[in-house]
Amino acid sequence: MPSLGADMEAGTLVEQLISPGTEVHRGDIIAVVETQKGAIEIEVFEDGRLEDWLVNLGEKVPVGTPLAMIRAQGEPETPQPQDPVPKPPRPEAPPRPEPLPQPPGPELPPPDLPQPEQPFPELRARASPAARRLAAQSGIDLGRISARADGTIRYADVQAGPRQSGMPDMRRAIAAAMARSKREIPHYYLLHQSDLSAVEEFVARTNADRAPEERLSPAAIYLKAVAGALRKYPEFSGSYVDGAFIPSDAAHIGLAINLRGKGLVAPALFDVGTKDLDTLMSEMRDLIARTRAGRFKARELSDATITLTSLGDRGVDGLYGVIYPPQTAIVGIGTPRPAPWVADGAVVARPVTTLTLAADHRVSDGHRGALFLRAIDTHLQTPEAL
Amino acid sequence: MTQEEIETALIAELSRIAPDIDLEDVDRGHDLREEFDIDSIDFLNLVTALGKRFGLDMPEADYPQMDTFDHLHAYLVAKSG
Repeated sequence: MPSLGADMEAGTLVEQLISPGTEVHRGDIIAVVETQKGAIEIEVFEDGRLEDWLVNLGEKVPVGTPLAMIRAQGEPETPQPQDPVPKPPRPEAPPRPEPLPQPPGPELPPPDLPQPEQPFPELRARASPAARRLAAQSGIDLGRISARADGTIRYADVQAGPRQSGMPDMRRAIAAAMARSKREIPHYYLLHQSDLSAVEEFVARTNADRAPEERLSPAAIYLKAVAGALRKYPEFSGSYVDGAFIPSDAAHIGLAINLRGKGLVAPALFDVGTKDLDTLMSEMRDLIARTRAGRFKARELSDATITLTSLGDRGVDGLYGVIYPPQTAIVGIGTPRPAPWVADGAVVARPVTTLTLAADHRVSDGHRGALFLRAIDTHLQTPEAL
Repeated sequence: MTQEEIETALIAELSRIAPDIDLEDVDRGHDLREEFDIDSIDFLNLVTALGKRFGLDMPEADYPQMDTFDHLHAYLVAKSG
């Protein structure tokens, strides 16, 4: 069970997409895991053969639990099918625990104590024995039952059934990540006005004779501009883990995507710096469609190295981003609007936006941040060069 | 295609993009993106879908004629009729 973000503690295996004995290749999607952020596709990272699943369908397991046994190519073969030797003993999964009442162990803190290190105290709600029994009998995940104000789950709550939408889980995941960000990351903020005439003209010119499915949107240009600026200022791409910054050579840019009233998620577009605009545009459309449908890949959630959030054309002038840990920077692009602008000594009307940067002071300073933000602006003045 | 058929198709594409919006609550003479809470990528997806369905180019230069539900409907009627 991979960790799909610092705020994730467990996940439920909801689909096994291949059966034991199947060859797998790096990048294949082999499973789907249900998390607070939705259904996540699990990729395999090596070539080999799936020997067996180690986790049953519907089972919720902590992060770090092996999901499947994959025999890499070149590893000693297991007996061939025609060989009547018995299969090697399957690693015994611990027997499914009986739905016994949970002993009031120390892991269940009194509900009135603040719990800064436990993102989801309410997920550890105390369920009554009858509630647990009913949940186990009817196959209901107790994690999906809303606890009462006193932190308990009773028989009637299980009877009432799981929460209907994924919304409370999503909101909890956002709350945990953002609270951790505000608690741990000393943010500094910068802002800069940018003239988007060149971007708008380039997009209009490019799209004039293109079919809708081949049209560019300014967001693709913003992504390339950020990747271009990262080449010169790489300290804004990476992660801060255990007191040290780990830079990333690649620009895996998380794109903040609004989920129509259900929340927000920022899955990554990979290697933005090395892709052309058309490729990026089609990948972005695909990513947004899959994200809104609740299907993204594990890597897309965990491997972003910086976030870009664009308010689009119905927002406000600018935003102050909250860094998604363990990343160390977030770039914001406000809604462009016509504004007075001085060009060649004259005041003219231009489409102007406010670029913002929130960055981690443990890793960089405002001076470098300012240069990075200006570099994004500079790239936006020559979109044809992206 | 009749006006009613075009309207049905338009409603179908819009509800695919904005499934949470009830058409009853929508002011058809007001800004389409506001009413359906759709961003520029959603709008591009809408134009892509409608363009395919009706065999139209729907160039960006015509976007101002698609600013409300009623205008977009009238545009589709005029171009595909």
